[in-house]
Amino acid sequence: MKGSAAFPVRLQFTKLGRVRFISHRDVARAFERAMRIEALPLAFTKGFVPRPRISFGHALAVGHESVAEYLDVDLDRDVDIDGLPERLSGALPQGIDVTGAAALAEGAPALQESVAAMAYRVVVVGDGDRGAGGIEEALASALTAALAAPSLVTTLQRKGREVEEDLRPMLENLEIAEGPDDPTLAMELSTRPRVVRPGEVLGALGPSFCEQRVVRTAQWIERDARLGPLEADARPCIEEMRGP
Amino acid sequence: MGGRVSRPPASDRDREASLWPRIEPLLGRVEKPARYIGMERGAQAPVHQPHRVSWLLVYPDTYEIGLPNQGLQILYEILNERGDAAAERAYAPWTDLEGELRRTRVPLFSVDTHRDAGAFDVIAFNLSAELVFTNVLNCLDLAGVPVRAAHRADDDPIVVAGGHCTYNPEPMADFVDAFVIGDGEEAVGEVNEVLADWKRGGRRGREGVLRDLAGVAGVYVPAMYDVEYDGPAIRSVVPRFPDVPERIDKRTVADLADWPYPKRQLVPLIEVVHDRLNVEIFRGCTRGCRFCQAGMITRPVRERPEDQVRTMVRDGLARTGYDEVALTSLSSADFSGIDGVVADLVGNQDGTGCVSLSLPSLRVDAFTVGIASEIQQVRRTGLTFAPEGGSWRIRQVINKLITEEDLYAAVDGAYSQGWRRVKLYFLTGLPTEVDDDTRAIADLAREVVRIGRSHTKSASATVSLGGFVPKPHTPFQWFGQNGVAELDRKIGLVRGALRKSGATLRWHDPGATFAEGIASRGDRRIGAVIEAVWRSGGTFQEWSERFDLGRWLEAMHGAGLDPDWYVTRHRHADEVLPWDHVSAGLHRDFLWTDWQAALGAHGLPDCRWTPCYDCGVCTDYALEHVVASPHAPAGGSQGTGQDLSRGGDVPVQFLSTRPALASEART
Repeated sequence: MKGSAAFPVRLQFTKLGRVRFISHRDVARAFERAMRIEALPLAFTKGFVPRPRISFGHALAVGHESVAEYLDVDLDRDVDIDGLPERLSGALPQGIDVTGAAALAEGAPALQESVAAMAYRVVVVGDGDRGAGGIEEALASALTAALAAPSLVTTLQRKGREVEEDLRPMLENLEIAEGPDDPTLAMELSTRPRVVRPGEVLGALGPSFCEQRVVRTAQWIERDARLGPLEADARPCIEEMRGP
Repeated sequence: MGGRVSRPPASDRDREASLWPRIEPLLGRVEKPARYIGMERGAQAPVHQPHRVSWLLVYPDTYEIGLPNQGLQILYEILNERGDAAAERAYAPWTDLEGELRRTRVPLFSVDTHRDAGAFDVIAFNLSAELVFTNVLNCLDLAGVPVRAAHRADDDPIVVAGGHCTYNPEPMADFVDAFVIGDGEEAVGEVNEVLADWKRGGRRGREGVLRDLAGVAGVYVPAMYDVEYDGPAIRSVVPRFPDVPERIDKRTVADLADWPYPKRQLVPLIEVVHDRLNVEIFRGCTRGCRFCQAGMITRPVRERPEDQVRTMVRDGLARTGYDEVALTSLSSADFSGIDGVVADLVGNQDGTGCVSLSLPSLRVDAFTVGIASEIQQVRRTGLTFAPEGGSWRIRQVINKLITEEDLYAAVDGAYSQGWRRVKLYFLTGLPTEVDDDTRAIADLAREVVRIGRSHTKSASATVSLGGFVPKPHTPFQWFGQNGVAELDRKIGLVRGALRKSGATLRWHDPGATFAEGIASRGDRRIGAVIEAVWRSGGTFQEWSERFDLGRWLEAMHGAGLDPDWYVTRHRHADEVLPWDHVSAGLHRDFLWTDWQAALGAHGLPDCRWTPCYDCGVCTDYALEHVVASPHAPAGGSQGTGQDLSRGGDVPVQFLSTRPALASEART
């Protein structure tokens, strides 16, 4: 897909605060503009309507925050990779900050194919008048039960019919994390066989649990080990290639 | 969602604080929450201080419609550049958020710092369309401000309005404290100075400050005038005090070169209408289309210097990151420097990507298609033309002097150069319109499809049909609008005649056209109707899924008013019109003579390149047309056949058959 790009680059960025209310598409448009403002040497598609070659990882739901979003962009020529985070952050909306950049190996698989797991922190509230203490206890016992059980079944609407699905295969880790006030759940969810949303897991744990704040905290690519997307497919010997 | 408890504000001090913590939990429950977060590139975070007049500039429609409004953005910048003002923005919350705000008792807020709308010194509305009027009342109510001006106290904000609809301010006179008529660039500063004085004096005496505002040129304070009626008719509109002007003249910025705004156009985070860099290349229009209020009230033509256009485009693209720029005006191909500007923009792509250029409001002729093909190298999907009338006779009546040859040449050019879809705009219900004129719309469309098919099998044409609403300060202000049944019938005629033609017909709801007619030429008594429509839940009336003519007719009935008297009745020559005390500079004699010329189907060429018709604007306001180039653009002939690229004579045959309108030529 990115065969002809001389300089593919992968960026890590945040989506925090008010800006979490914009959509995945809006984030993409904001990046396109920021890259034009910074006059990056973008490579364009060859089609009828040339578009910059930017591809994003798994979409983040509107309203969710993240400190671990990624995109790949193809450039026509080399640029100072280390300077990209600061340059782009200044041209992006408040709350979207580029926190890392890496030159990408040629032929690296796209993010949506290669990201194997994602982690979230979910602040949980109850749906009724129950006190905070009550929720904490209920959540802890639901968690223990779910992890001990062979399956975690949820019901979905598919083509107008109710279907049962087991979320247990996607559940890599689930634990109560340290939170400021309301109980916080740390989740690690596999992207296979499908990308599951934290809210679905929460709903399967119990109907009275509601997500109040969701932050995506990490994404991983499986190679010989679990690696962050910036390390997994980085171009080798980058210092030499950049030259004097 | 969190079950956090919201607290009503405890003191005035709290009203200054950001409402964001109370708004944030509501946004998970509404559609498109990003409408309410602000944070656009170009947005300001003004610091409110006791010596600064705080303005909330409100566009009373959704964020997507309101954000691109250039008038609002211009005033936002001009006010925030002043040391004695601070301006923020707000848009009408959609019904879902409105419900949440009312349920949780959170007031209307600014999107910049999420400040309580009621805490501003001024709430200023942009009135671009009549059907947003009920949204103004809703926004005031959500701000906790009494909707009627007469019920407001000293600590309530001053409610101001500007925009094209304020040329007939009377339907909104009960709700707005002060209207600013015409260009706002200069007037807004003068209004701010009056309000800064008032604020320094502790904001005491609402009537006093309103009277001071009435002394600012271009400002109309309806409470300072008594309206007397003679049965249904108006007898007089008289100032209540000797220092209040009898006639309010519009404000006009003499030279756009002095106002290169917006300098920092807002770049929204979500998709909005006109989502691109917009550079205004001229204001005003002298084509003299008789149905067009915008063209009449914004005279004279003031072109921006070519170099300033280039600078604004270059700087704007670099600052916003947009890949599209529109050169905006009422008729962009008429800009006298259009060739040079387009050639420069198209030829001067600096490799950062592909910047596309768009020219809205294009004329119908081959020259225009030539420009369009130059700027639209790719993506030639649809091109829009607005002949407005079906027959040459009716186009002379409305003074849209496009010949069939002009149109067919343009369409032929468009299809032959790769466009596949042509969109044609027409009005129906025009003065003197007979069924032959209406059916001629379908004839034109059929011919357009035929021409298209001769180039490509996939050629298509869309006819967009709107019901005509006569507007104040136009030659058609005396005309009785067609009623709902008549417009329905005419739409049916076109529909029938277009069957199996290959053209698609879209039309505007005649009910909405009727309601627009009530508000457009209404008087102060229509205020009660607008309030009743709002109270019955009639907000967002320009949205077809929310519009309901029943509400309007019920409200008219409740107020004891006859809808036909306001909408379908022809006005008399000597009748006092509700907006007679507001002046766009156009002499009533000129408008009446032009109305008579229309009835005789006499056209009138563009006065920028022909002798002056003495409409009154240039002479009374000591203004002149400002043009970027001494030569008219090619093809700008208003259908008269003259070759304006060479300037010179005005061989216009139908001038001789017109009544003596043309006075001596200006030299």
